[in-house]
Amino acid sequence: MNIIVCIKQVPGSNNVEVDPITGVLKRSGIQSKMNPYDLYGIETALTLTERYGGRVECITMGPPQAKAVITEAICMGAERGTVLSDRRFAGADVLATAYTIAQGIRRLGDFDLIICGKQTTDGDTAQVGAEVAEYLGIPNLSNVLSVEEVSGGRITVNASLDDKTVKQSVTLPCLISVDGDINTPRLPSYKVKKTVTDDLITFLSFDDFADRDPNNYGLAGSATQVERIFAPEKNRDKHRIDGSPDEQSEALLKLISELKLI
Amino acid sequence: MYNKLNDCDITALRSIVGEENVLIGEAISPDYAHDELGGIERLPDALVRALSTEQISKVMKLAWERSIPVTVRGSGTGLVGAAVPIEGGILLETTRMNKILELDMDNLTLTVQPGVLLMELAAFAEENDFLYPPDPGEKSATIGGNISTNAGGMRAVKYGVTRDYVRALTVVMPNGEILTLGGKVAKNSSGYSLKDLVIGSEGTLCIICEAVLKLIPLPKLSVSLLVPFKDMKSAIEAVPKIIRSKVTPTAVEYMSRDTILFSESYLGKRFPDTKNEAYILLTFDGSTEEQVERDMNEVAELCLELGAADAYIVDTEERKKSVWSARGAFLEAIKASTTEMDECDVVVPKNKIDEYIKFTHALSDELGVRIPSFGHAGDGNLHIYICRDGLSDGEWENTLAICFDRMYKKAEEIGGLVSGEHGIGYAKKEYLKRQLGETQISLMQGIKQVFDPKNILNPGKICF
Repeated sequence: MNIIVCIKQVPGSNNVEVDPITGVLKRSGIQSKMNPYDLYGIETALTLTERYGGRVECITMGPPQAKAVITEAICMGAERGTVLSDRRFAGADVLATAYTIAQGIRRLGDFDLIICGKQTTDGDTAQVGAEVAEYLGIPNLSNVLSVEEVSGGRITVNASLDDKTVKQSVTLPCLISVDGDINTPRLPSYKVKKTVTDDLITFLSFDDFADRDPNNYGLAGSATQVERIFAPEKNRDKHRIDGSPDEQSEALLKLISELKLI
Repeated sequence: MYNKLNDCDITALRSIVGEENVLIGEAISPDYAHDELGGIERLPDALVRALSTEQISKVMKLAWERSIPVTVRGSGTGLVGAAVPIEGGILLETTRMNKILELDMDNLTLTVQPGVLLMELAAFAEENDFLYPPDPGEKSATIGGNISTNAGGMRAVKYGVTRDYVRALTVVMPNGEILTLGGKVAKNSSGYSLKDLVIGSEGTLCIICEAVLKLIPLPKLSVSLLVPFKDMKSAIEAVPKIIRSKVTPTAVEYMSRDTILFSESYLGKRFPDTKNEAYILLTFDGSTEEQVERDMNEVAELCLELGAADAYIVDTEERKKSVWSARGAFLEAIKASTTEMDECDVVVPKNKIDEYIKFTHALSDELGVRIPSFGHAGDGNLHIYICRDGLSDGEWENTLAICFDRMYKKAEEIGGLVSGEHGIGYAKKEYLKRQLGETQISLMQGIKQVFDPKNILNPGKICF
């Protein structure tokens, strides 16, 4: 089966500062990495091709340096990858991003399955996957915990529905968004890294797409605009609970219930 | 020779530290009778929780006058019974003295109370862009305990051990006198280094109440390589060659597939790769991406030349967590895989590490007993575990005696020592005596006599 995994380059640390005046992430000097949730998607894809045969390729949208996450995916076992990069894509919200990715995927040819991570660690919207499926007119399954089976042109998965797990089955081709922590992603191989060549990575721009209406991309194609970005307040309160193990566990239960953590 | 605690003593202790901080009889949890590896158990007559240096001083004055033994205890994560009150008396717990007192940005020092946990200390330093380099696996240990055993940890190969990062100590002597040893100074040739004598003395000379620790600027980048080998022999033979290369990794750990699988089942988490029999885990740190990548590439190439199947890159927080959390759980995982175990923490010259590990494998085959090991291949410090599994009491005792006898003899033969970082405590006394001989043990006993003429501090440990 042919699988496309959607991946994204995000800031390398969770402690990225936000400029209090402009609301823009301070990216300078900050390292980048692959969105951690996408690693679970790549691992899911590679496991499926080990089981059923086929190949895995990746697609990303971003500035030219986003090529690094494609290289990383190849080092993990993907065959090749595509970077959607054009100044005209800049400033895209989830809708315009999903539209751009869907256009890019149409250029890649036939596929059986698209896999996305649950969300990104910078945007945190968890909407792009479902919207890509919508634009491509294929079924979408979210919060997938495991793939049970692929057979007879269908995929059967277990997906999280808050406190329940539901078994779902849809026809291929389709898109699934996998939950976090569902597997241990394999590590990138140094041996493969040495062999990655530029011909394994394709760059596509606005001019390569079937739809060349600039109003559908970037800021112009966005239905929403960001008013303000701010870092959430950090809480460093500490509580010390003393007593016997029974007393401590009861006090802890009471405390986390009061704080509405459970 | 010692007096038993009487009601008067208990009343006096309560007036010093407060009613709620003196526990006696059944109020003392059985956990206070032992440390992490058992072997020896004894509950104290009183558990005293100190909150300040002054309180410790007063407790010691009382103990000194009344000749009552006192054993200091941190988190109780030791492995050689050093914090077990084998003569009863007072068990003095310092975990509530857990404040970070001062970060001195001019002298690059951090002043802490002894009950600060290693994980809290590391996190505080990192939040302030500093690194406290000693990095023992047991992060819930207290800094007081780390200083008392001169703990080393995984970064010792590049940065050294706890002793290298202690600038000064405030201590309470057995008679209650408070002293400051060393200072916030980078150099010190002022007479005998009493501070260095106290580091690693396992609570037998005086009580550590405050420590001034040296920090270094936090390296901006750190990347690990997980290098798989087809068997343990190829993996451990690669280690001396990696060390001989000009690159200095921050850490060089070795691990077998078996140990990783124990850890997977203990943590309920998969390790990123278990297809190979043996692995070496290396870390590189530095201030620029180019430098770290150059070091990493050089060692990766060397490993491939030496027969490694690949070299996996561990470069993000998530990847580091997936690998290092397993490494951090090895001790507990091996413990959970067997009915009972005992450990050997020998340190051998770095170029003898492969010889020593091969020896333990041969010993395991010869005696038919499981001897998993992992450890700091880069600094020659090994953690070797003898697993009881299905052995009867008699068989276990016999096997253990033979194993220890042979392992310590072998270490000595190739220039190694009894303990790299866990200390001697109660469990390893005989092996220390055997290796060091009468003169060295007498010198140690003499030092103990000068510090503690009444022998009330942690009696029966190290050299007695």
